[in-house]
Amino acid sequence: MGEMNKEGATLGQAIDLSQFYQIFFEEASENLERMEQLLLSLNLSQADDEELNAIFRCAHSIKGGAATFGFSDVAELTHQMETLLDKLRRHELRPTSTMVDVLLESSDVLKAQLARHQGAAGDAPETTDLVQRMVALSQGDDVAAPDGGHDAATAPLMVATRSLHMSVGPLRDRSLADQLTALFREITGLGRVQALPDDRPGMVSFQIETTASDDELMDLFSFHVPRDQIQLQVWSPGAQPSAAAVSPVAAPAAPEADSGFGLFDAEPVLAPAVQDALAPEAGQAVIPQTVVAPTVAPAPVAIVAGAAPEPRRLDVKADAKADAKADIKPATPVTNEASTLRVAVDKVDQLINLVGELVITQAMLAQHSQHLDPVAHQQLVANLADLDRNTRDLQESVMSIRMIPMSVVFNRFPRMLRDLANKLGKKVEFVTHGEATELDKGLVEKITDPLTHLVRNSCDHGIERPDERVAKGKVPHGTITLSASHQGSSIVIEVRDDGRGLSREKILKKARQQGLVVSDQAPDAEVWQLIFAPGFSTAEVVTDVSGRGVGMDVVKRNISALGGTVEIDSSEGYGMRVAVRLPLTLAIMDGMSVSVSDEVYILPLSSVVESFQITPESIRSIGQAGRLVEVRQEYMPVINLEKIFSVPRFDMDKSSRIMVVVEAEGVRSALMVDELLGQHQVVVKNLEANYRKVPDVSAATILGDGRVALILDVSGLVRRARQ
Amino acid sequence: MYSILAVDDSASMRKMVSFTLASAGYNVVEAVDGQDAFEKAQTANIDLVLTDQNMPRMDGLSLTRKLRDTVQFKSTPILILTTESSDQMKMAGRAAGATGWLVKPFEPNRLIEIVQKVIR
Amino acid sequence: MGVMEKNSDLMPASSGEYLTFRLASEEYGIDILKVQEIRGYESPTRIANAPGFLKGVVNLRGTIVPIIDMRIKFACSSAEYNSFTVVIILNIRNRVVGIVVDSVSDVLELPAQSIKPAPDIESVIEAGCIKGLGSLGERMLILLDIEALMNSPDMGLVAR
Repeated sequence: MGEMNKEGATLGQAIDLSQFYQIFFEEASENLERMEQLLLSLNLSQADDEELNAIFRCAHSIKGGAATFGFSDVAELTHQMETLLDKLRRHELRPTSTMVDVLLESSDVLKAQLARHQGAAGDAPETTDLVQRMVALSQGDDVAAPDGGHDAATAPLMVATRSLHMSVGPLRDRSLADQLTALFREITGLGRVQALPDDRPGMVSFQIETTASDDELMDLFSFHVPRDQIQLQVWSPGAQPSAAAVSPVAAPAAPEADSGFGLFDAEPVLAPAVQDALAPEAGQAVIPQTVVAPTVAPAPVAIVAGAAPEPRRLDVKADAKADAKADIKPATPVTNEASTLRVAVDKVDQLINLVGELVITQAMLAQHSQHLDPVAHQQLVANLADLDRNTRDLQESVMSIRMIPMSVVFNRFPRMLRDLANKLGKKVEFVTHGEATELDKGLVEKITDPLTHLVRNSCDHGIERPDERVAKGKVPHGTITLSASHQGSSIVIEVRDDGRGLSREKILKKARQQGLVVSDQAPDAEVWQLIFAPGFSTAEVVTDVSGRGVGMDVVKRNISALGGTVEIDSSEGYGMRVAVRLPLTLAIMDGMSVSVSDEVYILPLSSVVESFQITPESIRSIGQAGRLVEVRQEYMPVINLEKIFSVPRFDMDKSSRIMVVVEAEGVRSALMVDELLGQHQVVVKNLEANYRKVPDVSAATILGDGRVALILDVSGLVRRARQ
Repeated sequence: MYSILAVDDSASMRKMVSFTLASAGYNVVEAVDGQDAFEKAQTANIDLVLTDQNMPRMDGLSLTRKLRDTVQFKSTPILILTTESSDQMKMAGRAAGATGWLVKPFEPNRLIEIVQKVIR
Repeated sequence: MGVMEKNSDLMPASSGEYLTFRLASEEYGIDILKVQEIRGYESPTRIANAPGFLKGVVNLRGTIVPIIDMRIKFACSSAEYNSFTVVIILNIRNRVVGIVVDSVSDVLELPAQSIKPAPDIESVIEAGCIKGLGSLGERMLILLDIEALMNSPDMGLVAR
C-alpha cells in the first residue's frame, strides 16, 4: 500500500508535480496578461479598488503556483511585486506612473523566466536592479527608471551597512535555514550572511551584514519561514541568544505550527479588544507586532500613521467590502471556469476538417440524387433534405467554436503603444470599439501582424509630437482608434488616427520618383492606394519602427491572401482611416459556380452583383485590348475568363454568353462565362499548402463529384481589368 | 469515502490538491472561488473544506463566515490555505470561524497527513 | 570493415530503401520514406498558365495536391494515360505532391557499395537532383534526390 511514514499515516508514492506544470504555465500567462491590461488601464488619480485587488491577486496567484511547483525565481520576483501591490490595494501607497512601469517591467521579466522554465534558451534575466527599485518604491521612495523615466530621479538611497543577529525558529526542519542562506546569497549586493552555532532546540542563528532594512529582510525570509519565527537584533559581539530574546508570542499548541499548520482551538483566547480591531475599519488598527525586535534605522514608510513597520495583514478591508456589497462587480469578467473547456486547437481543426468532409459527402449525395423521382423516392428525398439541413447546422455550430472575440487581437496594443509613444516622445490615447466582435481563430493569427503595422504606422508617422499638435491647434495627445464590426458576411476592422493624415503631394511625388505613372487628376482614393506599392515610403526619416517602406505592401498582400481588402481614407492635417475588410471565416464560403467550356469555376457570392445574358451588340471595344459592356447606362470592363485562363474549347457551338457583374474594392467588372451552374456553400481548401499562389485564384474547393474547382480571386481579376 | 471541497481560483493549485487528495482515497469537489464553493457545498456531502484566501468574488474568510452562518456547516472542518502564518491571519481566521490554517507552499504528502488528521 | 568505411566516404549516397519506377525505358529510384501512397491516375483540374508538366491539382481525401507528369518534365518521347499509369504521392516535409510515372517496380534495399556517383553529363535532370547511379544485377537505377527536385525553382511548386 505504500510506505508508512513516521506518523503512521499511509502514503503512496511521492506525487509528481510536473504533471501540473503546463496548467500552471498557461494560468501564469493569463494572469500576466490580465495584470498587464489592468496596469495599463489603471486610473492613477482615482484607482479602482477592485482593479487594485485584481492586480494583486494576479501576482499572488502566480507566486503561489511558482512556490508550490518549485520555480523559485518566479516566486521571488512575484513576492516583491506582491509587497508593492499589497500596499497599493490597502491604500498605504498611491499608485504612480513609475510604479506601473516597474510592475510592467517585472511582468516582462516574469514572462522571460517562465519561458526559460518551459525550455526557451537564454540566460536568466537580471532582477537585482529591478527588485531594488521595487523595494524602494514599496517603501515610498520615488525611484527613476534606469533610462530616465517621467518622474524626477531621486538619488539612490545611501544606507550604511549594518550588522545584525538573526534568530530563526523554532524550526521543525532545520534545512529551512539552509534555504534562507541560499536565498540571501541569491540576491547580489544584499550583504553577507553567516550561520552561527546555536544549541537552542530547533533554533538557527545567523550573523548578517547588509544594507537592507529590517523590512526587506523580513520580506525576504518570510518567504520560507513564518514572520513570527524570525527575530532580528542589532549585532553585538559576544551576545548569546537567550531564551528571553525568543519570540514571546504563544506558539500554537499544535506541534505542527512551525511547519505551517495549526488548529485554532489550541490557540489562547484573544482579548475582545483585539478582535474588535478586526472590524471593517481595521485599516487604522495597529496590532502590536511582538515578534520583530525594535529595528535600527527604519527606512521611510508611507502613510500608515505612526505605526511601527507592520507585517502584512490579511485582506481584511477587502473582506468588509465583499460582505458589504451585494453584487460585486469583478475587475475582470468572471468566466466561470467550471463551464468552459480547454481544448487543443488541433482537435478543433480536426473536427472542422471532418465536418468539411461531411459537407462534401452530403453534397455528393445531393447531386447524385437530384434526378430521382421525388414521388417514387419520397422518403429518401425528404431524408436527404433533412440531412442537408442538419449538415448546415452542424457546420455553423462547429465553425463557431473557432470564433474568438477581437479583444484577443486588441489586447496587445495598449502596451505596445505605451512603449512606442514613450520612445517617440508622443502622447497617444488608445480607444477600441467592438472588442466583442468575433472572428475565426485562424484569421486572428493572420490579422495580427498587418494590424500591428498599421497601428505602429499611425503612431509613428500619423500622430504628431505634442508641440506640433498644439501649434496646429490640436490637443497635445493624439488618439488612435481601433474598431471592429460585422458587416454582412464580412468583418471590418478600422484603424483611425487624428494625426497629420496622408500628404497627396508627397505621395504623388514619391510615386513618380519610383516610376509610377499617375495623373494629377487621379481621385484621392486612387492616390492613397499608391502607398501599397512595394518599397514605398514617404517618411523623411526612417525610424527603426516602421519607416522602411517594407510594410504597407506586405500588409496589403497579407490581407488579400486572406480574401480581404484594404481601403484608405485620409484628410491632410486631420487624420487617416484604414479599413480592413475580411470574410468572417476562411473555411466556408457561399459560392456561385459558373462554367467556361468544360471547366467549373467558383465566384465568391459576396462579390456577385447580378448577371444577365448578352448579345454581341452590347459589348463595345475600346482600342486594342479593352472591352466594355453597358449596364444600365454604366460602362464596365469585360473580363473574358476563357482568355485569361486559356480554357480549351472543343465545342464551337458553345460560347460565353452570360455576364456576371462582380464588385471588388468598390469597382465593378463583368465576367464572361458560359453558364451559371448554381449557388451553394463551398468548403474552402488551401491551394498554397502544397502548391503556390496562382494568379487570379484565391483557393480551391471540392465539388459534389469529388473534383477540384478553383475559386477565383475577384479583386485580382477586377484590378487586372482596370489596367 | 470522505468528500473534500477544494477551493482555489488557481487551476494548477486546485488540480494539484485534487489529484493529491484523490490519490489518498478522498473524493474531491472543486470550486473556483468562495461563491462557487458555497453553491457546491449545498448539494455535496462535504466533510472538510480546504480554501485559498485570495480569490475573486468571495475570498476564503468570507466563505468561512458564510458557511458558519449556515446550520449545515456549523461544525464542518474548514482549513484556510494562506501564504503567511502571522498573528493577524490567525486572528482573522479564528474570528471567521475557521478550524485551522495551512501555509502555502506545502508538500503534497504533507497535505494528506494534515487532512487525515483533521478529518478524523 | 575498414576498407568499406573508406569507400563509403566517396559514396554520394548512402544505402537505403528505394522505391523504383519507370519512365519510358529508364528506371529511377527515390527514397521510400518520402512516398506516402501510390494511386491510379485521375484527370486533374487544370491550372491555367502552369508549365506543361504540371497537369493540375486533384483532391486527395480533402487535400488539394498538385500533379506533375515526370515524363513531360524529363522530356520523354511519350506520355500516355491508361490503366497502367501510376501516380506516386510524395510527402516531403508535409508538402504533398503527386508525380505521374509509367509504372512502379519495387522497393529495393541498395547497399552503399552498389551506388556510384552520377556522371557529370548534361541532362534534362537538374544538377544536384541525382544522388547517384545504383546497380542491381543488370538493372541500372538513376537515384533521384526527390526533395531537391521538387524544391527546385524550375518545378514551380514553391513560390519564390
